[in-house]
Amino acid sequence: MNFDLRLPLGLLFTLFGGMLVIYGLISDPAIYARSLGYNVNLGWGAVMLAFGLVMLALALRARRNRP
Amino acid sequence: MPHPIQLGGLDYAILLLYFLFVLGIGWALKRHVKGSSDFFLSGRSIPVWITGLAFLSANLGAQEVIGMGASGAQYGIMTSHFYWIGAIPAMIFLGIFMMPFYYGSKARSVPEYLKLRFDEKTRGLNAVSFAVMTIFSSGISLYALASLLELLLGWNFTFSIWISATIVLGYICLGGLTSAIYNEVLQFFMIVFGFAPLAWLGLRDVGGWAGLKVRLAGVATQQGFAAGTWTQSWRHMGSPHDNPLGVEWFGLAMGLGFVLSFGYWCTDFLVVQRAMAANSMSAARRTPIIAAFPKMLFPFIVIVPGMVAVALLQDHHGGFTLPLAADGTPNYNLVTPMMLGHYLPPGLLGLGFTALMASFMSGMAGNVTAFNTVWTYDIYQSYFAPAKTDSHYLFMGRLATIFGVILSVGVAYMAAQFNNIMNLLQLVFAFVNAPLFATFLLGMFWRRANGHGAFFGLLVGTIAAAAHHGLTLPVGSAVGIMKGGWLGAVVHTYPSAMAQNFWTALFAWGACMAVTIGVSLATGQNKSDQQLAGLVYSLTPKPAAENEPWYKKPVTLGLIVLAATLVLNLVFA
Repeated sequence: MNFDLRLPLGLLFTLFGGMLVIYGLISDPAIYARSLGYNVNLGWGAVMLAFGLVMLALALRARRNRP
Repeated sequence: MPHPIQLGGLDYAILLLYFLFVLGIGWALKRHVKGSSDFFLSGRSIPVWITGLAFLSANLGAQEVIGMGASGAQYGIMTSHFYWIGAIPAMIFLGIFMMPFYYGSKARSVPEYLKLRFDEKTRGLNAVSFAVMTIFSSGISLYALASLLELLLGWNFTFSIWISATIVLGYICLGGLTSAIYNEVLQFFMIVFGFAPLAWLGLRDVGGWAGLKVRLAGVATQQGFAAGTWTQSWRHMGSPHDNPLGVEWFGLAMGLGFVLSFGYWCTDFLVVQRAMAANSMSAARRTPIIAAFPKMLFPFIVIVPGMVAVALLQDHHGGFTLPLAADGTPNYNLVTPMMLGHYLPPGLLGLGFTALMASFMSGMAGNVTAFNTVWTYDIYQSYFAPAKTDSHYLFMGRLATIFGVILSVGVAYMAAQFNNIMNLLQLVFAFVNAPLFATFLLGMFWRRANGHGAFFGLLVGTIAAAAHHGLTLPVGSAVGIMKGGWLGAVVHTYPSAMAQNFWTALFAWGACMAVTIGVSLATGQNKSDQQLAGLVYSLTPKPAAENEPWYKKPVTLGLIVLAATLVLNLVFA
């Protein structure tokens, strides 16, 4: 089928990861008291961003290789 | 009353963005839906990593995420039996032994396989009971979601019902099964990304696995069990009185591990439909096996938060509380969402709640797609309108989706009004489901089994399940239609409701097996060997050894998963 799921999947998690990373950088550290002092938005957001970018890269590579 | 959890602007933005993507995928797939086989079967064209994750996700509905957290709190690591004993072996069996007949027979649904293998009445019985069941399951998902959102976030019940139902309706009507499958994959990653931080933070908070063990020892001894009961999965299974499940290893292995688990994973069209959408026989066989890899690891993200929660409650650590249920006991069904609120800051909290909503909705979508297929192919096309054009059935599929969703909404309101009727219906469904695996086992591996045998086997199996339930009682329960003993006499008392449930399934399975064999031997085979080719093991030519690398061989992959599951069982024994 001519529809690569990795494209929307990559896009969604790039957006989610990006939003959380940015929020992690600008948010008040006090809100991380409940997450035991870890800035989980920044850390986990970066993981999601990386996952999203890898999915996008795979989708785009597949698209380029298709005649 | 203030609501326990508040979402902020970023949380709502994440929620909104997710649902835009869900509908967007449906919209993008719309132009691929040209005929009924695209709508109902995804044109058998989906790559295996997608069908594999969707196979797993279709089962990751409300019961899974919420229920496994609750069980983690109530039973500890023993909950992992529902995965490592109650799912993985059946998933491997489906892939290696049963998929060749489902996929190879060109049946479009599980009931249709029964029609090809047995006869019309067996198909009709299965199709009608399955269609009714999917509607009720989908409605109960919807009800559970809406009441959860009302309780925790203060959302309006009616608003939650209609918005969720509309989104599900939207993406299925647009893209059919493909749309449901693609969104299930999205939901799989949402669950992983939304819940993994919860397990990690929870474990850090209680001092890792070692710290959790120490704290849960207190929980176990307080309830009168050995100290390791919550953190060792097998050592306390010798007697039903040694563990909170109230089950011993034999009842667990046979009832859950064999009858219930194989009955669900190997015959439920809801999950089998995902594998049938794969793009080749090999991919269809690998679908449940690929799903087994993440399934094996899921206990760590869905059960661990429940275990941490009960440790926190015991030690009054970190101010964690659980709302009480109507009878004054902690409401364990709220463990997972309350833990989300306890540990996750704004941002990740939105992600966690989106994952939770997504899992309810994909549970509903799975039921709706299975319903529209069985309704259109096995009921409408078979009994009401055979020989219409393909576009007519496509139209009927979309119409069935709309009706399925509207009926689900009706069921959700009914569940809100009459909770007891819902529990009763679920009990009846359990009776109907319990014997099914015997029918399929005989159908696929014994060529002499015939239509009369299958039909009466199923009927007697269901009656046996009901009769067993009616004659037994879990210890300490009053006689009643829900608990058992309603046939007037109690011939056996089980140590727990779960033990009663496992043995009900075993009796149903045994009765169905015996009657199917008996009736089949007493009446003649109605199908010729030629008709049964591709449907029965001994009459199907073995596929030539395909020249596939080892990582694409279903048997090799299956053995790897089984070995890894064995190791996990030993580590946490």
